[in-house]
Amino acid sequence: MITFENISKTFRTKTSTVEALQDITLKIEKGDIFGVIGFSGAGKSTLVRMVNALEKSDSGTVIVNGKDISQLQRRELRSFRKNIGMIFQHFNLLESKTVFQNIAIPMQLEHWPKDKIKTRVQELLKFVELEDKETALPKQLSGGQKQRVGIARALALNPEILLCDEATSALDPRTTDSILELLKKINKDLDITILMITHQMNVIAQVCNKVAVLEKGRLVESGSVIEVFGNPQQETSKGFIRTVINDKLPETVKEYLRNYKEPQKILRLRFDGKNADEPIMSLAIKETGVNISILYGTVTELEETVVGFQTVQITGSQAQLDAAVKFFEEHKVPKYEVTL
Amino acid sequence: MIFGISASKIYLSIGQTFYMVVLSLIFGLLIAFPLAITLFITRGGGIKQNRIVYTITSTIINIIRSVPFIILIVYIMPLTKAIVGTRVGSTAALVPLTTFIAPYLARLIENALLDVDNGIIEAAQSMGATTLQTIFKFVLPESRGGIILGITTGTVGLLGATAMAGAVGGGGVGDLALTYGYQRFNTPLMTSTVIILIIIVQAIQAIGSRAAK
Repeated sequence: MITFENISKTFRTKTSTVEALQDITLKIEKGDIFGVIGFSGAGKSTLVRMVNALEKSDSGTVIVNGKDISQLQRRELRSFRKNIGMIFQHFNLLESKTVFQNIAIPMQLEHWPKDKIKTRVQELLKFVELEDKETALPKQLSGGQKQRVGIARALALNPEILLCDEATSALDPRTTDSILELLKKINKDLDITILMITHQMNVIAQVCNKVAVLEKGRLVESGSVIEVFGNPQQETSKGFIRTVINDKLPETVKEYLRNYKEPQKILRLRFDGKNADEPIMSLAIKETGVNISILYGTVTELEETVVGFQTVQITGSQAQLDAAVKFFEEHKVPKYEVTL
Repeated sequence: MIFGISASKIYLSIGQTFYMVVLSLIFGLLIAFPLAITLFITRGGGIKQNRIVYTITSTIINIIRSVPFIILIVYIMPLTKAIVGTRVGSTAALVPLTTFIAPYLARLIENALLDVDNGIIEAAQSMGATTLQTIFKFVLPESRGGIILGITTGTVGLLGATAMAGAVGGGGVGDLALTYGYQRFNTPLMTSTVIILIIIVQAIQAIGSRAAK
């Protein structure tokens, strides 16, 4: 649906040059809720703006729906943009216009007849649950309500793609949750592909099925949310994921493990929908004769499945340890070595 | 008779002041809006960035604004003659007044437009709005308050300028104060014209501030 191929972009001012994006290659499939995470200045805003050509890349191509968007003429670009909704951190609503008028704008730009606009606006207000705010001005709304208006406006022309530029960053946690629920509903019920950028890992954990981690303009990691959360490779990713799933062993535990003289294996095991029903740990103990002590455990919901992570210390003879590792492999329990 | 001159003379000069202010304001705005929008869209980072157009427009505005109004009146007399057929009178004063106020209003409106949050323009572009749609559906409605306050400031400046229109026989309250008040040492008349001007300025500002809300 959206493909970034070797995208690079450098911003130059008189005094400095900033390499906002360096050789980014990413693919977003139809139906994805794709999250791009990074600190401020990582280049994520620039990246998301390349999808609707609010920013242009210096090199590389952006292909949306099979079209190389750098090839679009000005007129084609305008009609192309109408197929992509966008919502913003600061909502960007017209303060001088009512909720109704704000949502109606994209249709007015298309010269829709008045009665058709009215029907559509009411439909959208119902969808975002703001039926009673039709005549309110943005300044009379809360942040969450403003974002709902932004969403309704972005959906007005039935786009196939929705771009979210830090859409929840200005909202409190509870409002964030309700907006994220709404985004999920948009993805499912309206079959809209969503590309969102954020610096909040919990946002990714809550709604995304895929994630890409950007750092200083480089793509450091990407993949399915469960994969990346289960086994982050890069320090940046680990840092982000720790804000949602803490996997850091306390120093005293590490100290104890380092001083343990007998053969041992420290593993991080992942249990999700497929292997969570079986009593795998006790089976492993019975079948291989190892001892397993749980050092740290956490359960969370990712991609709408319950995922548990257990950090365990396995002890026994070397042969038993090997047998246990094999046992987990046979039972398809994803495992990651933990380094102390 | 009020303060030694006929009441009708006072009414006439108030009428002339209004005539000059209102008409030159209208003509001024007709020129100022396109100029302001041109500056707004062609500036660096604008929607239709164009350094040449921006620099030319900006420089012309600056040049006209550098000329003191009293000099401008006499300097453009040939132009006035060409347009209205005469160099003197209230109507003739409209030409220098418009020339004076248009660039000033253009700057004031430009400032109001620049106050619009860049995010609004980005939202407009993300919706596929054309440049004209961006200006008329997004930027102008959002800067309405600022524009009205700017026009109010401009109108007060224009009122001050009409006093000098007496130099080309434009009449008006300011001219009355100079010819009948100052030159005849008629202090009560001077004072009362000043009071009239104060009242007019207050009224303009009150109307403007209210409309800007």
